Amino acid sequence: MPPLLELQNVHTFYGHIHALKGVNIYVEEGEIVTLVGSNGAGKSTSLRSISGMVRSKQGSIRLDGQDITSMKPHEITALGVGHVPEGRRIFPLLTVQENLEIGAWNVTSRAEINRRMEEMFQLFPRLRERFQQKGGTLSGGEQQMLAIARALMAEPRILLLDEPSMGLAPVLVEGIFEIVKRINAQGTTILLVEQNALMALEVARRGYVLQSGSLVLQDTSANLMNNEMVKRVYLGEN
Amino acid sequence: MLDAGRSSLGSVSARSVLGWVYRFILFPIGQMLVFIVGAALVLTLLSYLLALLFPEPRPNISLMTQVNRQLPGMIVSGITIGFVYAMIALGYTLVYGVLKFINFAHSEIFMFGSVVGFEVMQRLAEGGNLPGWSPVLLVAFVVLAAMLASGLLAVLIERVAYRPLRGAPRLVPLISAIGVSFFMIDVVRAFQAITRNDFNLTYPLNNLEWIRNPVKLAIGEATVNIRPTQFIVVLGAVVTLIALNYFVNGTKLGRGIRAVSQDMATAGLMGINVNRMISLTFFVGGAFGGAAGALFGMNVGTVTPFVGFIPGIKAFTAAVLGGIGNITGALLGGLTLGLIESFLNGLLVYFPVLGQRYTDVFAFSVLILILIFRPSGLLGERVDEKV
Repeated sequence: MPPLLELQNVHTFYGHIHALKGVNIYVEEGEIVTLVGSNGAGKSTSLRSISGMVRSKQGSIRLDGQDITSMKPHEITALGVGHVPEGRRIFPLLTVQENLEIGAWNVTSRAEINRRMEEMFQLFPRLRERFQQKGGTLSGGEQQMLAIARALMAEPRILLLDEPSMGLAPVLVEGIFEIVKRINAQGTTILLVEQNALMALEVARRGYVLQSGSLVLQDTSANLMNNEMVKRVYLGEN
Repeated sequence: MLDAGRSSLGSVSARSVLGWVYRFILFPIGQMLVFIVGAALVLTLLSYLLALLFPEPRPNISLMTQVNRQLPGMIVSGITIGFVYAMIALGYTLVYGVLKFINFAHSEIFMFGSVVGFEVMQRLAEGGNLPGWSPVLLVAFVVLAAMLASGLLAVLIERVAYRPLRGAPRLVPLISAIGVSFFMIDVVRAFQAITRNDFNLTYPLNNLEWIRNPVKLAIGEATVNIRPTQFIVVLGAVVTLIALNYFVNGTKLGRGIRAVSQDMATAGLMGINVNRMISLTFFVGGAFGGAAGALFGMNVGTVTPFVGFIPGIKAFTAAVLGGIGNITGALLGGLTLGLIESFLNGLLVYFPVLGQRYTDVFAFSVLILILIFRPSGLLGERVDEKV
């Protein structure tokens, strides 16, 4: 059985900048895997390469054995990849309801969309209160919930989460990570990118450490948390 | 959205039907009325102010008398041309909303609609069966044909001339658009020159009794002739604008277009085929240009391959006036500009030196002033996108 998601020797460029230099990552069904690294290490670029927002120049990306390297974002989404982009990227002039409906773009049955929306309200009761409000008027935490809910509306097999804690108050960060665990427990595989390495490693089973576009370490979260280099550079311990 | 109550009840309640009627029929009509009445009122006041400032612009001519006499006529023709501008302006604004780019070939999409409208009518007339058509059916048929043709042309232009340039510097597609514009003018001119040996295309309206007889209205000392074609333009515009409002705000595809216009990359992540939405936007914008072209053609009677330029650039002015990218703004800008122009047309003749030929000078002064003082347009800051 191939892993659910597999990146082999992926090279991605932004113009002349070599952002990913031969990255190998795999994610098994049901796992939470995290990518740890500092700014510009290529964490977001990895996610963007997977979902087709940038096309990698070399290497292969496979979903369940199927090559998705050169597919368009909307085709990759249809195959079961959900991506919560960095900075949330809510549609600011669409209402919460419309944002969620857009998330379920490929679902044709109205009843099914309503059922999924109801599920999202169970997960994020705040969104029900904000139902008819424009996305742009929500607070940062609410927008993050909406961004996650919007991606979940497609019922993806794997959810790519890019910096879900960015710009949120510490209390809210705890809440978001609780949600991440719950989503995973309900059967969604998760690939998580986080600045907050400690939080990320606490929820993840395995982790990869990226440095300027290359993988430098990969191990179980427990081992990574005990790794001297990780402790010093990413966990801020002496 | 239709109604919040729907999702919990799962059925269409009486309240949600009322909500629907309000949202998609009453509200847009009300909005149009407000814009028309507002703009007309402001211009009426300005006209009387002008009449007070210049009681006798030329010897033996009382401006006050002229204003009284001409007011209703100016308002009627202003509304007519205003709706034409608004419909063309929608094409600019829809495309700008999605691609952040001014489609300067849109004036030729409008021209193409007016030529197709002529072709359809002319062929029916040549077949001798024009008088047999009921007025409503004939107009609807001509307008729909022009919409379809112009919509498809717009999609084709996007595919050939703009899509390969996506991601290029912003000036590049703009130049491509101007090239397309010249190309379209000459293709239509060549086609008409070959097939008809003439490119002044006169709509065969003469043998239609119902279209020739104006309705005379007397209001005080003023009489106003309302031509049936003016009715057609206004009615056609109102119907298509209501349809557009429903499409953009009430359907899944409209929601997709709005999502793409707000954040193209993220829309792709949601599973939306962005290129298809862009094509659809061009189709809808082009169809409106085509409808405006056919209605304009029926109203003025004669069109040429060069007919697109001035209305096109004025509609662009209207779109900027209302706030480019804003659908409500296109409507407001179009109606306002149409009324301004019609008032100028009516009153400038009484002034020495100036004359009707200065109308365009003033219309484009509006563009310059707006670009200097309020580049975001009248509704630029508003964040909703209803018609």
